[in-house]
Amino acid sequence: MLRLPAFQLFLPHTLPDALSMLAEDAEHTSVLAGGTDLLPNMKRRQVTPKRLVSLKHVPGLRSIDVLDHEIRIGSAVNLCEIEEHPLLRQEAKALCQAVGQIATVPIRSTATIGGNVCLDTRCEYINQSELWRKAIGFCKKKDGDICWVATSSPRCLAVSSTDAAPALSALSAQVVLSSVRGERVLDLLDLYENDGEKPLTKQKDELVTQIRLPRRVGQASCYWKLRRRGAFDFPLLGVAVAIGCDDEKRVKHARLVLGAVASRPLLVPLPLELFAKGLDAELIAKVQEAAHALAKPMDHADLTLSYRKAMTKTLVALALREVFGEDMTDDRKRLERQLA
Amino acid sequence: MKRPISLVVNGEQHDVLCAPNVTLLEVLREQLGLTGTKHGCELGECGACVVLLDETPVLSCLLLAMECEGRAITTVEGLKRGSELSPLQAAFADAGASQCGYCTPGMLLSATALLAKQATPSRADIHTALSGNLCRCTGYHQIVEAVESVAAKNTADSHGSSAR
Amino acid sequence: MKERPLQIIGKARRRVDGRAKVCGETRYADDLFLPRMLHCRLLRSSVPHAKLLSVDTSRARAFPGVHCVLTGADFPTPFGILPVSQDEHALCLHKVRFVGDPVAAVVAQTEEIAQEALGLIDVVYEPLSTISSPEEALSQPEPRIHDYGDHGNVHKAVSMSFGSVEQGFAEADHVFEDVFHYAGNTHLPLETHAAVAALDPDGKLTLWSSTQTPHYVHRAAAKVLGMPPSRIRIVSTPQGGGFGGKTDPFNHEIVICKAALVTGRPVKICLSREEVFYCHRGRHAVLMKLRCGVKKDGTLTALHLQTLLDGGAYGSYGVASTFYTGALQTVTYHLPNYRFDGCRVFTNKPPAGPKRGHGTVQPRFGQEIQLDKIAHALSINPADLRLKIVEKPGVLTANFLHIRTIGLADCIRSVVRRSGFSEKHGQLPLGRGVGLACSSYLTGAGLPIYYNDMPHSGVQLKLDRSGLVTAFCGAAEVGQGSDDVLCACVAEVLGLDVADVKVVTGDSDLTPVDLGSYSSRVTLMMGNAAIFAAEKARELVAGPVAQKLETEPGRLVFSGGRVFEAEQPEKGVSFAEAVAIAESVHGTLGAVGSYKPPKPAAKFKGGGVGPSATYSYSAAVVEVQVDPETGWIVVEKVFIAHDIGRALNPTLVRGQVIGSVYMGLGEALMEEQAYRRLPPKKSGALVHRTPSLLEYKSLTSLDMPEVDVELIEGPDPEGPFGAKEVGQGPLLPIMPAVANAIFDAVGVRLDEVPLSPDKILRALLQKAAGQPPRVGPKGFPAVPYPEPLQVSTPWQGGQGRAVSPTAPKTPKTEGSHA
Repeated sequence: MLRLPAFQLFLPHTLPDALSMLAEDAEHTSVLAGGTDLLPNMKRRQVTPKRLVSLKHVPGLRSIDVLDHEIRIGSAVNLCEIEEHPLLRQEAKALCQAVGQIATVPIRSTATIGGNVCLDTRCEYINQSELWRKAIGFCKKKDGDICWVATSSPRCLAVSSTDAAPALSALSAQVVLSSVRGERVLDLLDLYENDGEKPLTKQKDELVTQIRLPRRVGQASCYWKLRRRGAFDFPLLGVAVAIGCDDEKRVKHARLVLGAVASRPLLVPLPLELFAKGLDAELIAKVQEAAHALAKPMDHADLTLSYRKAMTKTLVALALREVFGEDMTDDRKRLERQLA
Repeated sequence: MKRPISLVVNGEQHDVLCAPNVTLLEVLREQLGLTGTKHGCELGECGACVVLLDETPVLSCLLLAMECEGRAITTVEGLKRGSELSPLQAAFADAGASQCGYCTPGMLLSATALLAKQATPSRADIHTALSGNLCRCTGYHQIVEAVESVAAKNTADSHGSSAR
Repeated sequence: MKERPLQIIGKARRRVDGRAKVCGETRYADDLFLPRMLHCRLLRSSVPHAKLLSVDTSRARAFPGVHCVLTGADFPTPFGILPVSQDEHALCLHKVRFVGDPVAAVVAQTEEIAQEALGLIDVVYEPLSTISSPEEALSQPEPRIHDYGDHGNVHKAVSMSFGSVEQGFAEADHVFEDVFHYAGNTHLPLETHAAVAALDPDGKLTLWSSTQTPHYVHRAAAKVLGMPPSRIRIVSTPQGGGFGGKTDPFNHEIVICKAALVTGRPVKICLSREEVFYCHRGRHAVLMKLRCGVKKDGTLTALHLQTLLDGGAYGSYGVASTFYTGALQTVTYHLPNYRFDGCRVFTNKPPAGPKRGHGTVQPRFGQEIQLDKIAHALSINPADLRLKIVEKPGVLTANFLHIRTIGLADCIRSVVRRSGFSEKHGQLPLGRGVGLACSSYLTGAGLPIYYNDMPHSGVQLKLDRSGLVTAFCGAAEVGQGSDDVLCACVAEVLGLDVADVKVVTGDSDLTPVDLGSYSSRVTLMMGNAAIFAAEKARELVAGPVAQKLETEPGRLVFSGGRVFEAEQPEKGVSFAEAVAIAESVHGTLGAVGSYKPPKPAAKFKGGGVGPSATYSYSAAVVEVQVDPETGWIVVEKVFIAHDIGRALNPTLVRGQVIGSVYMGLGEALMEEQAYRRLPPKKSGALVHRTPSLLEYKSLTSLDMPEVDVELIEGPDPEGPFGAKEVGQGPLLPIMPAVANAIFDAVGVRLDEVPLSPDKILRALLQKAAGQPPRVGPKGFPAVPYPEPLQVSTPWQGGQGRAVSPTAPKTPKTEGSHA
């Protein structure tokens, strides 16, 4: 049986306690929320924190609060709850579609939104046992100094594998970071850096405590995920789109964020003028081009990188059709095996 | 640093001594003698170790035993009533849903959780609820049929009292 | 005894071990906990090919909680499943041959301590060059991975010719030539390998192991440990899946036996999932070239098949696998001339071995796709083409395989009818397609793994005064239902409820030898042995009971737990009373039955692989949807028909069919034992690309399409109650049927597996660019096959013997063969 390495476990009962435990030795401390990403990585000895600070008893992290102008989701809310939340399903469809396709049902019962947003980057060269990594002589992300994906790469190319973050980013989410130094609020996109080794900009002792979603009337959003199977698999490609229309159905804002094509969720800049004529072949083609140009999948995951890059166009088209109101049930069934 | 914890498993309290890095899976199998819960990977990639935590299906290989204090844990051993199989267990046995039997405990608990939430799930709901449990023997169909047969009985029963 | 209708056989019924399984009470190997048990972990090589210069275990030995550390020096005697390739050491002795090869073992108080102590073992390797593919193995005879084998890194090359393919090609209207590649894949049983070894209070060694072949493990353990086998007990625990992955005697089994002897304490080992990928013994990756001559009406005139197998680092069953890649091409369609060249090479990867379908899966893939291409070229419906050339029952094939019953035509008609194949094939809109393929598999290998003249399966019966009958047999319950088959056969013959027959299986101290759960042998061989034993027991009981009832044995019927006169049912006794009556007359009652398959007709070298008591047949039609823009493929529905002879328990049989279809879809769409070779200039590393359940893709319940099953039952006289195999056959047609369906849907050919969307897209882009829309191997390398063994076919008057490697090719006159 694979077992966890030894560590000290802290079970604070207040947020300030949790934050000070984190700050005490941030370098060797990890936060234990759902644990569904951290514990497997620990069992493979990819990470070996000496101290874990559990959020189990920390209050104030598990509620979904609906305000007039925004929805505030505690970072320790589990993914099942988000997937099934009636208001989120209505107003933040992309988020629920993303979350509903993460891993599997039993994992979603435990995994948290904060955990998925802070998911470690992944790569076929790093998500392996110590024996395996020794056999390849290690790599940039841990214990080595070469990136085996592209040996001349100056940086680690491990890929951003979160489904929630692209969806949340498309919905213009913000994230609240708390530490012993206080609280700060960032655009979620600013939490990320395109560096496989250090993909999060937050300090090691900062804790994600809340996700904030602005509420917009007339917003439509969706998330499409490419993967080999209908469950378990991380995204090979994620496409999240959100558009907001006024009463005359004119697009007033639009966001497209790609997942799994870089070491961070990737915002694809889209000038609003593109949407002037609504959904037509030209819009689709232009948005496809923009996304395709930025998507740079690497050869360290399932299916070939050229296939994943090509599918960017396919998923963008599907996403645009969906946000403009088309019923995509059959396409979802075919591509994502989403039966229900 | 081992410390004593108290776990409620299948309605019984157990006091065990364990270190923080010990998972619920390890405590169940190696300290409580409840070997019905299986393991295929210990990394959350197969669903063999599914147990119920307060009626919710979870992976026992990714839960620290210490974090399960105060929760009601149900394992496959807790499904029987005395020596009588639950309707779902009987359905599995009769429908051929168990071949090698290794995925069976996890499947039963995932299905139990589904039927607790939805007494009459559709076939699509069943496939979805079981999609986190890998099986290498059956090809899933007889497992789905077993769950369907219990759901059908639930439909036939009046006033939606859910049989489990 | 009076005949009566079957009461158990043929009825859908809960399997005898079903209750235990749904209660979670079945004791798999890792569920065994013995007092004072120690735990073992293996240190595995992190280099793919190297001399082992030194293994320093001193620091590990000194680590608190460590009881024993073993290295290769503790196991100088080699072993291996096949007598001709005893090339494994329990722990590597002089060299390591793949990343994952076991080098040392630590036995400690806890698994954690053992794991930690592994890090304290210092190994010094002298790396040798990495051989990462069959092409490299052929072009680099040095350094040799093994000191044995044909030459260089060629493990085994064979060639045999039946009739004359040259003549066959000359007679053909068309000759088709195709090259296919079948990627390696692995069994992925949900239960990882696990075992416990312990000395019993009498000091004798017992090994409980998750093994499909306890008898072969018994022999290997005795050999390596240098102990008489009578002092070693092997118990095969119920397995959580095997599929061929638990049929070799393994390093870890032998290591813990030794550790138990050294420490005097029970020792357990449970492999991690990653380690199971290193044990492997899965499907060989095979490159194939098929050259087929046909007449314009589709009649086959000749087939020349060449195969090149990537054997990985050890022999395993590989020599047999090599022969299997050429054995069964003749049992489905009439083939008058056949030549087979096969070659297995060593590479620095986990060893390949037998996986469900063992070696016959790969060439069947090629053959069924090639037939589809032939049908297309000749404008013949693929189903009609096959129906025209289906082989006949009772014949000897060109390579001397005896076909008994063959329900293939019925299988084809069944899937065609249910799927509407002929109305859909070639006629569905772009993006939708149907594909047909057929296959066959043996019902038990005709020869045992080691040469002997003894039965392949034995069953002993004990009849107790309580009315309980206990059936003992060495067969291993993998999950396929062998315990249920044993129970059902005995209960049927003796007229008992299955609850009144207890089975004791897979225990070398208690049960007669059964060779193991491989090659789909157990239902037929154990079933027949069980029937023979039960019939003898019935006879033993009938005599005295008839006398007591003042009637003739011929008038008695055993039914419903009683023994009574058929014409006067009230004139009878309970089975328990019958036993008591018989015991008073005969003394203590017992009966034995055993089974040996018919002697093969093939007498030439290599002819031992392929013969079987009888063959099962399957046909499948697969409906797919392929997106013509993206190549994304969805399998909508599978129609399968399986010629099973007789379904002993339809619930279990249906489960085996659907399970085989499931595994076939896995191989078709996503399973691949893939390797990464780092840039040779930077590293010698050769690692398994995806040794995890997440990244080695297997279908979830959301990926599984509808499966429509029909069983074709035409009882085969060789089978118990007419039954043939079902555990492997229905897998084989799936992969080529999907490939053929893809062609029907979007007009591209994939001549390799997995049939993944990126390959389909590549072919679609080729098509759009006006290039031949095909993805597959570019060509077939020059392989050093030997001169073929020449065997005259039965219709040439051949007697199954080789004429000579250089004999003239003209047919001999009758009766004059050397």
